[in-house]
Amino acid sequence: MQSVHIMSAYDEELKYLSKRIAAMGGHAERMVEQAVAALVNADPGLAQKVIRDDAVLDEGQREIDDKAIIIIAKRQPMATDLREIVGAIRISADLERVGDLAKNVAKRVAAVTDGRQPTSLFRGLEALANLALTQLKEVLDVYASRSVDKIGFVRDRDDQIDAMYTSLFRELLTYMMEDPRNITPCTHLLFCAKNIERIGDHATNIAETIYYIVTGEQMPAERPKGDKTDKISVSATLPVN
Amino acid sequence: MADLDAEQKGTAQALAVRLWNSRWLLIAGVVAILAVYALAAISAYIVLAALALLLAAAMLPVSGTRQSAESAAAIEAFGLQRLSGEYLAAAVADPLIIFDRTATIVHANAAAFAAFGGIAPGLSLSLKFRAPEMQALLDGVLSGDVASDVVDYTEKLPVERAYRVSASSVGHGTDLYVLVFKDQSEARRIDRMRADFIANASHELRTPLASIAGFIETLRGPARNDPAARDQFLQIMQSQTGRMARLIDDLLSLSRLEMKPYLKPGTEVDLRETVDSVIDSLGPLARENSVAVERDYADGPLDVPGDRDELFQVFENLLENACKYGQSGGRVVVSIARSDAGSEPGIDVTIRDFGPGIPEEHIPRITERFYRVDVETSRTQKGTGLGLSIVKHILTRHNARLSIKSEFGKGAAFSVHLPTH
Repeated sequence: MQSVHIMSAYDEELKYLSKRIAAMGGHAERMVEQAVAALVNADPGLAQKVIRDDAVLDEGQREIDDKAIIIIAKRQPMATDLREIVGAIRISADLERVGDLAKNVAKRVAAVTDGRQPTSLFRGLEALANLALTQLKEVLDVYASRSVDKIGFVRDRDDQIDAMYTSLFRELLTYMMEDPRNITPCTHLLFCAKNIERIGDHATNIAETIYYIVTGEQMPAERPKGDKTDKISVSATLPVN
Repeated sequence: MADLDAEQKGTAQALAVRLWNSRWLLIAGVVAILAVYALAAISAYIVLAALALLLAAAMLPVSGTRQSAESAAAIEAFGLQRLSGEYLAAAVADPLIIFDRTATIVHANAAAFAAFGGIAPGLSLSLKFRAPEMQALLDGVLSGDVASDVVDYTEKLPVERAYRVSASSVGHGTDLYVLVFKDQSEARRIDRMRADFIANASHELRTPLASIAGFIETLRGPARNDPAARDQFLQIMQSQTGRMARLIDDLLSLSRLEMKPYLKPGTEVDLRETVDSVIDSLGPLARENSVAVERDYADGPLDVPGDRDELFQVFENLLENACKYGQSGGRVVVSIARSDAGSEPGIDVTIRDFGPGIPEEHIPRITERFYRVDVETSRTQKGTGLGLSIVKHILTRHNARLSIKSEFGKGAAFSVHLPTH
C-alpha cells in the first residue's frame, strides 16, 4: 500500500494508524447495526450496550490523533504519507461522529418502544439503515483495497439514502396526523431517521477523504443534491373533519 | 539414530547399522554365553560357535513392521514435499486465507474469493475484517498468546451470512497463519425464517381471517334465510381464502429465497427465451386486462449467468404488475438491451407500462415487504405486497440491480441490470 521507507519503524507506525482506523470502522459498523436492531426488536439491553460502546470509539479517535501528531512531528512526512496521516485524522473524526449518531439512536429506544408500536413503523427505518450500513461497509472496504476507481457508487447510494429519507419523513408525518398518540414515537423515529441519514453522509465524507489520500486530488465537485424534506408539507392532504 | 538411518547405503554400513540397532540384545547374549561358560565349564569351541551364531542372527536384515513403517514415512514425506500449499488450499471447500505476521494476505483459495470478493494477496486482513471479534481473533493469534482460536462471525450485508472462523499458526517458525471459515448461515437462517414467517404470516393473515369469521357469523345469524346475501357472502369468503393462499405461497417462496442466498455458479440463462416464455404464460392476464405486450430485443446472444426459474419469477412478477397497474395505458413494452457502458457490462431488461405511474416518494420504498402504494388498488388486483420484495431478493442473489423510473401520470419503467460476469 505504501512504498517502503528506510526506517521500518515508520512503515509500522503508518500501518498501525490504518489498522486502528479499520478497527474503529468495525466498531462503528457494529454500533449502528446494533442500535437499529435494538430499536426494531425493542431491546433496551442491547441499546445500553451500544451506549457504553461509544467510549471505545472516543478512545480510538484520541489515540489516532495523538499518534498522527507524533508521527508528523518525528518524521516530517511528505506527499502520500502526509495525506495518509491527515486523512486518518479526518476519517477517525467521521467515525467518531458515526458512533455518536448510533448512540443517539440507541438512547431513543426506550422512548420509542414505550408501548407496542406496529412493525410497519420500523420497516422503513430498517431499510434506510441497511442502505447507510452498506454505504459505510463499502467505503471502508475501499479504504482497505484502495481501489478508488470504483468510488462512484458512493454518490449514487447517497442519492438513494436521501430519497428513502424523504419518503420516510412523509410517511411518519402521515402517521402523526392519523393519530396524535403516534406523535411521540414518530418524532423520535424522525430523529433516528435523520441520524441514520447523517451516518450515510459521514460515510460519503470518508469516501472523499480516501479519494484524496490515494489520488492527491479532491473528488470532482458534487452536483446539487440533498434530501427534499425541507419542501414537504402535508397540510394540503389533511382530511377535512 | 536418524543420522545413521540416512547413511544406510552399502552392505557394510547396513550391517553396522543392524549391529548397532541390536546392540543391547547382543551384549545381553554375550554376557549370557560367558556366564554359561564360566559356570558350566563347557568347551571354548562351543562358546565361540554360540557367539558366531549370535552375531550372524543380529546381522540378518530386519524385516516386518519396523521397515514398513519407515517406508510409509518416506512416502508421506516425499508426497507432502511435492504438494504445494496452494493446491492444498484449493482442495478445501471452505473459504481459507493464509496470512503472515503483519496480517497481510499471502494466499486465499477460490472459495474465499467467491465468499468475500475483493480479496487479493497483499491486502491487510485487519482492514478487510473489521468486526471487533475478528480483530480480537487476529490479534490473539498474531501475538502468539494462543496457538489457535475460534470465533463466530456474522456479516449482515449485502446478504446475511454467519461463519465459525478458526485461526491458527501453520507449522513451526513459518510465520504463516491460516483462517478457515465454516459457513453456519443455513442453520441460523432456518431459525430466523421460522420466526419471521410466523410474525409476517400472523400479521397479514389476520385481516382476511377476520373478514371470513365476520361473514360466517352473519351467515349463521341475520342472513340465515337470505339466499341472495348468502351467495354474495360466500363469494367474498372465497376471494378472501384465495388471498390467504396466495399470501402463504408468496411468503413461502420468499422464505425459501432467504434460505439460500448463494447462487450456484456456472449456469447460463438465455434471457430471450426466458422473457418470451414469461410473456406467453401471462398472455391470458394481458388479454383479460386488454393490454398489448410489445417486444423490443437486441440482436445476438443474450445470456447471463443465473438461475432460470428465479429469473423467470422476476420477470413474471414485473410483467404481471405492469399488466395490472398499468392497465389504463393499454400497452406494455418489454425490451432487452446490452449495456456495455459503465463499470459493469451487462444486459438490461426493461418492462415499461403507460399507466398512472408511481408517485416519486414511494419509489424508494416499494421493494419493502407489504409496502403498498395504494392499499385499495393492491387489494382489488389481488396483490400480496410481496411481489417486488421477491424480485429484489432474487436480484440481490444475482448481483443485479433494479432501477425504477416513473413520472406520475406517464407510467413506470422497471429496469433489471444483470451483469454478464
